[in-house]
Amino acid sequence: MTTLVRKITHIFEKEEEKVEVKSQPYSNPYVVGFGLGLVLLAAYVIMGRGLGASGAFSTLISVGIETVAPEHAKNNAYFSEYIGDGTTNPLKDWLLFEVIGVLAGGFISGSLAGRVKKKIEKGPRISSWQRLMFAFIGGGLMGFGAKLARGCTSGQALSGGAMLNLGSWAFMMMVFAGGYAGAYFLRRQWT
Amino acid sequence: MNSPFFKFGFFNFDMSLVVAFIIGIGFGFALERGGFGNARILAAQFYFSNMRVLKVMFTAIVTAMLGIYYLSVIGFMDLSLVYVGETYILPQVVGGLILGFGFIIGGYCPGTSVVSFATGRLDGFTFLAGVVAGIFVFGEMFPLLESFYYSTNLGKLTLPEFFNLPYGLVVFFVVLMALGAFAAAEWAEKKFADKNPENSL
Repeated sequence: MTTLVRKITHIFEKEEEKVEVKSQPYSNPYVVGFGLGLVLLAAYVIMGRGLGASGAFSTLISVGIETVAPEHAKNNAYFSEYIGDGTTNPLKDWLLFEVIGVLAGGFISGSLAGRVKKKIEKGPRISSWQRLMFAFIGGGLMGFGAKLARGCTSGQALSGGAMLNLGSWAFMMMVFAGGYAGAYFLRRQWT
Repeated sequence: MNSPFFKFGFFNFDMSLVVAFIIGIGFGFALERGGFGNARILAAQFYFSNMRVLKVMFTAIVTAMLGIYYLSVIGFMDLSLVYVGETYILPQVVGGLILGFGFIIGGYCPGTSVVSFATGRLDGFTFLAGVVAGIFVFGEMFPLLESFYYSTNLGKLTLPEFFNLPYGLVVFFVVLMALGAFAAAEWAEKKFADKNPENSL
């Protein structure tokens, strides 16, 4: 298993060496923040709702489970809510279309700046397969935590934060607290 | 003209999906420009060497917050029609902590991992697979978690209501807090400049 992962990551690392395109530096964070704030404001002005990300994956996975095991999905109080009552297609979901837009927007921006590259972002002290393992575990915790908190960094911290929602601010403080609390133990991975 | 436009029936549901896609493009574009498709930059936040996450997030929150505040003050935006999630304080605090741990272990959050994947990063894709797995586990465990999930409900509650302060004053405090955080972030970045992954890109 690990040799397979090593082989796969090795292929990606080789390709990375071949690409000699100069990528542009990232933009000024305050300018980006202002732009992101205007996008969020537009969502509120036009739709009366904020941005999100994790909800789209809840929809996808619920539809996936329904396709494989319809009875199981129907009997689960959590998944059945995302499938709906059958009168509308659950894939006609606002957040899902928004996240497809995020995918497109990220690719457009990355392409224009020469930053689209097949590679693995990792610290200098760990191997690629270790990094991928950590990415999977961290993603798992995030998926679980986001469901418990009724939203992730986009839906709670950013969108709820701008509306001065108490639960969102408490959530945001705890995200930073959790990150800083874990940072010492994971320093080998990043620095 | 009254906002939010969708709630006043300016366009139908199918059109709202087109709006979702366009707004999503703006969202993804901004995240990528900000360096959020790169796990090393996101994680550096927690080592004080690169404070982009704080700067971008706080600037965005302040921008949107001021916009919402002034648009509601002049009567353009009807805040009663804007969606605000209810506060379930304990699950949100515990969920936030788990998310924070997930952030430092995995290096992304759900939205930024989409951008990372869109720009070719294999770790972003693996992270996304983890998110899907985590949601699956949560859903399967839901009967066990249900009572906790619905506990400590405080209803729709905003900071001005909670602290019993005028809306405008809380907005002002948040702006002050953001400015203080920016000053601290600039100071930290200078102090840990040698460890900033962005300087070695």
